[in-house]
Amino acid sequence: MAEGLSLVAGDESRAAYSPAPGAAPGAPLPGARWPLPAPPGPTLSELFAASPRDAGWVGFLLAQAKRSKPLLWVQERMAILESGRIYPPGLGSMELIHVEARDARAALWAMEEGLRCSGLSGVIGELWGDPQVLDFTATRRLAVAAERSHVPCWLVRLGGTANLSGARMRWRIASGPSIANPFDTRAPGASAWDAELFRARGAPPGHWAIAHEADSFHLVAAPGGGALGEVERLRA
Amino acid sequence: MPHLAVERWARSSDFGPDDPIVLTVEGTHGLLIHAVTKAAAERGARAGARLTDARALDPSLVAVPADPQGDAALVQRLARWAGRWSPLVEMDGEDGLRLDVTGVAHLFGGEPGLVRDIRHRFAKTGLTSRVAVAPTAAAAWALSRHAPCICGPEVAARVAPLHVSALQLDPGIVRTLERLGLKTVAALIGVPRLALARRFRGAEDVVEALDRALGRKPEPLTAIGTDPPPRALLKLEEPATHPEAASQALERLIPAFVRELEDRRLGARRLSLTGYRVDGSVAVASVATAIPSREPRHLQRLLADKAATLNPEFGFDAFALSAEWTEDLGAAQESLVEEPSGTRELARLVDRLTVKLGPRAVQRPQAVESYLPERASGWISALAKTEPVALPSAQRPQRLLDRPEAIDVIYATPEGMPRRFMWRRAIHDIARVEGPERIAPEWWRQPSSARLRDYYRVEDADGRRYWIYREGLIGDGRGGLPAWFIHGLFG
Repeated sequence: MAEGLSLVAGDESRAAYSPAPGAAPGAPLPGARWPLPAPPGPTLSELFAASPRDAGWVGFLLAQAKRSKPLLWVQERMAILESGRIYPPGLGSMELIHVEARDARAALWAMEEGLRCSGLSGVIGELWGDPQVLDFTATRRLAVAAERSHVPCWLVRLGGTANLSGARMRWRIASGPSIANPFDTRAPGASAWDAELFRARGAPPGHWAIAHEADSFHLVAAPGGGALGEVERLRA
Repeated sequence: MPHLAVERWARSSDFGPDDPIVLTVEGTHGLLIHAVTKAAAERGARAGARLTDARALDPSLVAVPADPQGDAALVQRLARWAGRWSPLVEMDGEDGLRLDVTGVAHLFGGEPGLVRDIRHRFAKTGLTSRVAVAPTAAAAWALSRHAPCICGPEVAARVAPLHVSALQLDPGIVRTLERLGLKTVAALIGVPRLALARRFRGAEDVVEALDRALGRKPEPLTAIGTDPPPRALLKLEEPATHPEAASQALERLIPAFVRELEDRRLGARRLSLTGYRVDGSVAVASVATAIPSREPRHLQRLLADKAATLNPEFGFDAFALSAEWTEDLGAAQESLVEEPSGTRELARLVDRLTVKLGPRAVQRPQAVESYLPERASGWISALAKTEPVALPSAQRPQRLLDRPEAIDVIYATPEGMPRRFMWRRAIHDIARVEGPERIAPEWWRQPSSARLRDYYRVEDADGRRYWIYREGLIGDGRGGLPAWFIHGLFG
């Protein structure tokens, strides 16, 4: 899962720009290829967007998604209104089935139906706020269904609070300042994220600034990847 | 149905059967009588006459406006309801139905049984019916209106005593024939064909009408299909008013239906469960599938929810399950070990989602060749097939707002980079920006006042990235100052 993720800044680091001065020995070095903490098998992960107007989590999620089989993407109507409908030309080549759910109940039903189908490579569901139907039982059902059918499931919470949940991995994702663009220093580069794993089964929680290796340019994020540092490294 | 209009009206009114009522329509010279009750007919009123003339005979007539559209709708409903007897039903004029009962009658105990059943069921709905069975459609038309009977191969003998108007001729021609003394069909048969053909030419072809009635000339039903669709029928002894009747009927129909599909090597793409009510109306539940299927459990699951919503009202007395759209489906076993493959599983998932959430909620992306972002990503129902389309390979956001939202932007006029913008009452300071990517309006589709768009990829101080655009240029002659919009969000 997600072999191409690389670390911009190390463990427990909040700033992407300065490498942690007192990094523990043995901790992964910034810029190194770094395996994302992953559960042993496909299961339910919960993703909290830092803000409904921050779509950074989409890139983080797409970097992990497998594209061999179609993906089921369920969006609650409110999520579409608040933070936009997914836009296939921006998602790269993948087969996609999109469901626009009337409310959280319909969205959860569609997700569970999708998780029963082994012909999918994953199920993504976006829910808005803290709907009443989304309780511990509902998330637990999703987790069990995902594990039984070996289809990974991501439950994305937009503008929600982290209440009780049966998800095996719980992330909080925010966009971070992007990696320097090698062609134009003033332009945004490859995306980077400020990712916090605040609950995980079988892995210690942590807080990282990470980026994904761009497919077309094969650039790896530089250590301390400020705009200037990146350009210098390229020239060297 | 000779008294359709009056009987339909009588069902919804509180006049007794003995009141002299006439239904009227607007004619060129005042009101015309459209239909009459029995009592009114006895007092000299008849359809086609003027209301004033009838009133002169009997001033006590009560005139009520007729509703020809409602009558036509009723006939249409009855035509669908008559699907219980034969899959091929056609509306015949304003007050008739034509059924192709070839190979059907034995299901109802032969032709007499069929006629009895039809008459009985129509009587139950409060409509008088005159039923005739004949080898030719024209003969059936003539007999049902003039001498209802069941007619075997002896068409000529049965039709011969009828009046010439039974041949569906123009009233003008009928008058001419009457003046010539040719009052019955028998008299017409007696005349040499050559003479008839010479006298009546072109549109008023009497010979042809005669041939059609006697079966010398084929007259195909327009509703004819090459192959009747796969269909399973369940008749109930007693009308069922139980709300679960439809679901239970479905369970019983599915095995027979699937067997027929199997025999014909077909898979259903769209199928419907029709419940025939005792009062002459029908209730239909339809579902569609993404790939042809004849798997009993899958079909059952698809239809079960919809079947449960069928309202029995006064009770169902028959059910039919039919496939309106089928595709060839060979007998296939996917593999030796029973493990369903991806595509089939996926198609079933799409079916289930579509049935529950509606076809507009479950979609696949279908790209459209266009530079306009909102046009480029079309969505089509997940049941349909998609075609690959080459798209411009520019960088596009992962999310697009359904409708671009207006934002306030501080930028270097006239065409400089944006510095800061306000979206939904929050201010974003732009840290990095790339652009513009200019997208011109599609002049062949859009009005001439459409303005060009300059798209910028911007990143704010927190690293959130957006796709914003400025619509128009200063002085492009298509409106005032350029406006800014936010259109997409990058991941």
